[in-house]
Amino acid sequence: MTTATTYGARDHARAQDGTVVETMPTIPAANWPEPPEGVAAEQLVWAETVAGGGYTHKVLARGTELRLTDLRGDACAHVLVYNADAPWERLNVADTVKVQWNAYMKPAMGLLSDQARVLATIVTDESGHHDALCGTSTVSGNAERYGDGSPQGGSPAGLGLFTLAAAKHGLEPRDIPPSISLFQGVRVQDSGVLTFTGSAGAGKSVVLRAEMPVIVLIANVPHPIDPRPAYTVTPLQVLAWRAQPTTPDSPEWNASPEGRRAFENTADYLTARGIA
Amino acid sequence: MTTVQNDVVLDTEVAARAPFSTVVKTGQVLSIIDLGGNQAVDFLAYDAGDTSKRYSAAVTIAAQRNIFLTTGSVLRTQEGAPLLTVVADTCGRHDTLGGACSKESNTLRYGQHTRHQHACVENFLTEGARWGLGKRDLVSNVNWYMNVPVEEDGTLGIVDGISAPGLEVQLRAETDTLVIVSNCPQINNPCNGFDPTPVRMVVTGGGAG
Repeated sequence: MTTATTYGARDHARAQDGTVVETMPTIPAANWPEPPEGVAAEQLVWAETVAGGGYTHKVLARGTELRLTDLRGDACAHVLVYNADAPWERLNVADTVKVQWNAYMKPAMGLLSDQARVLATIVTDESGHHDALCGTSTVSGNAERYGDGSPQGGSPAGLGLFTLAAAKHGLEPRDIPPSISLFQGVRVQDSGVLTFTGSAGAGKSVVLRAEMPVIVLIANVPHPIDPRPAYTVTPLQVLAWRAQPTTPDSPEWNASPEGRRAFENTADYLTARGIA
Repeated sequence: MTTVQNDVVLDTEVAARAPFSTVVKTGQVLSIIDLGGNQAVDFLAYDAGDTSKRYSAAVTIAAQRNIFLTTGSVLRTQEGAPLLTVVADTCGRHDTLGGACSKESNTLRYGQHTRHQHACVENFLTEGARWGLGKRDLVSNVNWYMNVPVEEDGTLGIVDGISAPGLEVQLRAETDTLVIVSNCPQINNPCNGFDPTPVRMVVTGGGAG
């Protein structure tokens, strides 16, 4: 096909329509062929497979469930969550671990904001290999380890990708706090020394639930203390569907006294805000 | 530990519960002295030339592969650049995980009755505003002298301190660094023995005021 003329170039571009690769979004999400069990195709709002070294982002309604799947065992989903209506309210990892008295993320834990509210809840977790302490990788760190950390290079850093994802929601570098990472774990020894535990293997999923309208940023890049010399990261599947937010009857609401107060604070905010 | 006395550019006491900030110039040393013992000193740091570059707990932890700070630890920005190096520490270790108390988080940790107590985030906002910094500029902070162990099952908490009157940590600025301090007002946890006390801040060296 000649591309020497405008008509030829247009035909060439249009002929690409319908190309399918593994790492791409499915739009509309309802066309995704494999909805999770119990979820109707028309409930799907996000279906995307993120390449290793890639990022994605979405605004999700309150009550949306978000399933992340480590397809081949070497995904690492670095995640940030913001209040979509007031993004200066955002994930606070210090409060998340301190308030809930645990450094390791597990089901029924909330991802807490700096305003003492629940942005999202961990609903289910097949992996258990996660980290809330080390944040994401830096451009300079990846340059040192892999030869390049830039977003356009072969070994992008999480912070560079977060910067781009955040910019698409009008957010600036100063809006990027420490993130959490899913599917690549870290443990703390008594001495304070960190041990990298790696992945739980291929096919593991984590389901999060949005407890208010949220902006979600996801970068799929190696964990900052992954000791492997090669830039090792495999595709991450992202699926989300309409579901129900946590209510006072849900087990998560009363999983801990701190969590209950966080849900109460959230309900108080949403009620006054006219959202719920 | 001996503080260099002939090159003092700042020597001040920060009252219990109060904020404080200063720019520590490259090569100068900031000494934080725990006068009463077990006083948590909540601490943020920014590149004074570009405050979008700020202390990152996560990057600092990842770089040293350890959650505790002590002599030799380097406080880094979110891009990994060194801001301050711990050049001396008579306490032993300091917290990177617990962040600051706030009116909001106190409602989760203790109950709604604590909503109107003074808290560190109020100090950070007050002092940050003097330098053009706002809420979006607040990130997880260092807590000098605060003791936050992590158990094998991940359980973590602020427990009785390991500091004592007169213990001192010294930080050398690797670039001109804005430091913002909240001398923690917390009265609900053991971080300062339920009794906030003053701390002393001394800046020495560098040949410039």
